[in-house]
Amino acid sequence: MSPTSPTSSAIKKDSGFGAAQIILTLSIGILVVVVAVPVLLIFLNAFWDNNNDFNLAAVVKVLSEPDTYQALLNSIIIACGTTLGSTAVGTFFAWLVTRTDLPYKKFMKGMFLVPFMLPSFIGALAWKMLLSPRAGYINRFFMDTLGFDNPIFNIYSYAGIVMVEIMYLFPFVFIQVCGALEHMDPTLEESARISGAGLGTITRKITIPLVLPSILSGALLIMLYSMAHFGTVAVLGIENGIFNIPTLIYEKIHQSAGSFESIRTGTVLASVLVITAAFIIWMQNKILGKGRYQIIAGKSFRPMELKLRGLRIPLLIFCLAYIGFTIVLPTAVIFLVGALPTYGLPFTLENLSLENYKFILFDFKVTRDAIFNSVTLGLAAALITMFAGVMISYVIVKMKVRGKGILEFLGMLPFSVPGSVIALGVILAWSGKFGINLYNTVWIILVAYIARYMAFSLKANSAALEQVHDSLVEAARACGATMWQALRDIVLPLVRPGMLAAFFLIFLPSLRELTVSIMLYAPTTRTIGVAIYTLNEDGETVRSAAMAGVALILIIVGQTLINRFTAKHKR
Amino acid sequence: MAKITLNAVSKSYDKRAVLQNLTLTVDHGECFTLLGPSGCGKTVLLRLIAGFETPDAGVIHIGDDMVAKAGEASIPPDRRDLGVVFQDYAVWPHMSVFQNVSYPLKLAKAPPAELEEKTRKAIALVNMQGLEERLPSELSGGQQQRVALARALVAQPSIMLLDEPLSNLDANLREEMRFEIKELQHKLDITVFYVTHDQEIALAISDRMAIMDKKGKIRQIGTPVEIYEKPADLFVFNFVGVANFITVNKQGNTLYAGTGAQAIPWEMPEDIASAAMNWIAGCRPSDVIIARPASVDKSADKGADKYLRGVIKRASFLGAMMDYLVEIDGAHLRTALETHYAISNDLLFKEGDECAITFHNLHWFDAAHMSEITE
Repeated sequence: MSPTSPTSSAIKKDSGFGAAQIILTLSIGILVVVVAVPVLLIFLNAFWDNNNDFNLAAVVKVLSEPDTYQALLNSIIIACGTTLGSTAVGTFFAWLVTRTDLPYKKFMKGMFLVPFMLPSFIGALAWKMLLSPRAGYINRFFMDTLGFDNPIFNIYSYAGIVMVEIMYLFPFVFIQVCGALEHMDPTLEESARISGAGLGTITRKITIPLVLPSILSGALLIMLYSMAHFGTVAVLGIENGIFNIPTLIYEKIHQSAGSFESIRTGTVLASVLVITAAFIIWMQNKILGKGRYQIIAGKSFRPMELKLRGLRIPLLIFCLAYIGFTIVLPTAVIFLVGALPTYGLPFTLENLSLENYKFILFDFKVTRDAIFNSVTLGLAAALITMFAGVMISYVIVKMKVRGKGILEFLGMLPFSVPGSVIALGVILAWSGKFGINLYNTVWIILVAYIARYMAFSLKANSAALEQVHDSLVEAARACGATMWQALRDIVLPLVRPGMLAAFFLIFLPSLRELTVSIMLYAPTTRTIGVAIYTLNEDGETVRSAAMAGVALILIIVGQTLINRFTAKHKR
Repeated sequence: MAKITLNAVSKSYDKRAVLQNLTLTVDHGECFTLLGPSGCGKTVLLRLIAGFETPDAGVIHIGDDMVAKAGEASIPPDRRDLGVVFQDYAVWPHMSVFQNVSYPLKLAKAPPAELEEKTRKAIALVNMQGLEERLPSELSGGQQQRVALARALVAQPSIMLLDEPLSNLDANLREEMRFEIKELQHKLDITVFYVTHDQEIALAISDRMAIMDKKGKIRQIGTPVEIYEKPADLFVFNFVGVANFITVNKQGNTLYAGTGAQAIPWEMPEDIASAAMNWIAGCRPSDVIIARPASVDKSADKGADKYLRGVIKRASFLGAMMDYLVEIDGAHLRTALETHYAISNDLLFKEGDECAITFHNLHWFDAAHMSEITE
């Protein structure tokens, strides 16, 4: 007997044919306008030439031009380096905090997740201040104080970029592997132990194969993120001519004022990104679909712990040093540099003041506007995307209407469209081509934010909706509730946490958004990210740092409030 | 009058026919149980009555109102005056026990005093007093099921639809709730439509019951006693109660147990001469009479030919009962008798002991239908 028996539920019946169709059409409409049309325009521009002919040769030609070819290569080099490094770092730390008797594990676990909150381009800025070959504080210390002839490390290099990306991306693997190790049924390992296997054998033959899907899936996530990552490469690479796909798209669109050729190159590169992203996501689904949940039970167990013995204290020091070096040091540098009158001065008490902070918060129109823009854009994008997301998820998860397949496909799209692609697509779609010109207004950024963050909203809302079993609604109907009463009294209250989660998942990241805004901003529509980036480009390092400091405070305060809030709701 | 009538109702999903041309009447005020194996379409039938599904063909009436007809707009569930208890309780997790139970009254815009009073009464009815302010997450499965029951009852609907409402209760509570449902049905004079795969509950609770097979076809409708004592066919016999099947071989117009030459000591089927089919004998373990061969031989009046000779293959002591597996010329059957009866009548057999077997009751079935129940 299947109580959830196939198909139609009470929901179908009385929302009636008309209402269901309207909601479906509206949902499809939103996704088409916001995501599908921009992506489609990118493909059209990339693969069809001015005569409206499908022209693959031209695409190949664009790709084989030295600078595009180099950017593709760079994207791959950086993504591979970052993926390998992050996977190693993430897996190692995950194992350390779940499977050993390392002291202060809980604290460590929390700290290793901090990089999730920190925008990597702000991290990149900090590392630039520390390790740029001429002016970086660490290099200067070695050269001026210790008498080295050359800087010890040049951050403007592949190694520098990869290092910074690893620092900020490894939590993707860390969190996945932690989850897998914590939820793995210990009897699997215990039975191997009873059969006489040593710890080494168990780790090699049992633990690692079981955790491998999680590691791979985290690694693919990092690969995807790094391929499409703008900030770090923009801050650290452009100096030495290192471009990856997103930075080259930016360069092409921005510097050449939107000539046909540059748009062409941009769309071809964007197409490469979309296709790669779709491929990576497909791979990830395949790996995760392959029975990860069969071996990993839902509840937490108390796993076997390895006694570190003599290594316990050295490893603790190592972890603390890593946290200090990758989290505390860069953050401190941002705030300290933000307090200097000029970049490069030593951090002595007389040099430090709050002048820059005061200036950017109260006197400088550019930054004040940027803060206002980011906050209002973030709020608007979060609200709109939250409501659109809940409606679309509702259709996908709960409604049984014809034509839902289209919506399911469209709903996958936001997940595989990186930010720089969305920005480019939005430019193509909203620059007057269809009678609406939003270019150079704040609205085009809003549209792009909605497209960029739709995936978050769909994920959070459909997860919440899946928890609301059909029988809960049917029970309400049987009690005498109309469809709308059931939605109001049962579905909405149960989905509210998901909606709130979606709101915050969008609002916070949008405060620090750079990739999309940098391609769409106009002089009066800078966002916080753009302000930090452009100030830095213009050599206003100390103001850029102060602005970054303000952004960090905003993010940390916001995140703390959310954690407080969600902790209260979990109880 | 809450009489439920289904007339020639069909329903299929993705071209898989679940119910075909089904006709059924549930009378006002009776407790009607639909009993069938898992996945046979019982829940679908309940959902059709509730209005969560619409039939592909046929008509459904509740009382004098036509609530659904294939191809026409149906009356939605909220206007059918129902109480439904779902298999998974469907207690709303964000509402307290009181809020859950009072919801139907709130929708009906009952005045606050009446709402309060009726809700308290319904909660008391299911013995949940003192837990009014709890959230479902703080209740056990059985308590949630009782909340669902109270919620279904509170507005005094004319029909209660119950989908395995006791499945997640422990044995004691299940028995208790079984009596409570029965009592409520009489007290409130409502029609109860009860869906389950548990034959024990079905026999205990029903005024009438229907047996549905795996294909969604109703095999027999009747009172529990009729169903148990006069099963319409082999499927019903097997599904309700524990079943023994004795294979037979036919010589002339006589059926012999197993592959041997001992005639079954029961009246032969009426059409044995005309019907060209393979027969099989069915009996309940409690319908088997077991005896010592020596005592049978001595009792001249009954005659030894009324008994089959067999061997005890397995003897299991279950405390109150003795359970034997007996082989008669290649045919097997099980019997159970009370331990104290076995002791006082010298019927404590050991494995390998010879025994004599006859029957209180026995049914003849077409052996071709065995495949229905063994698959």
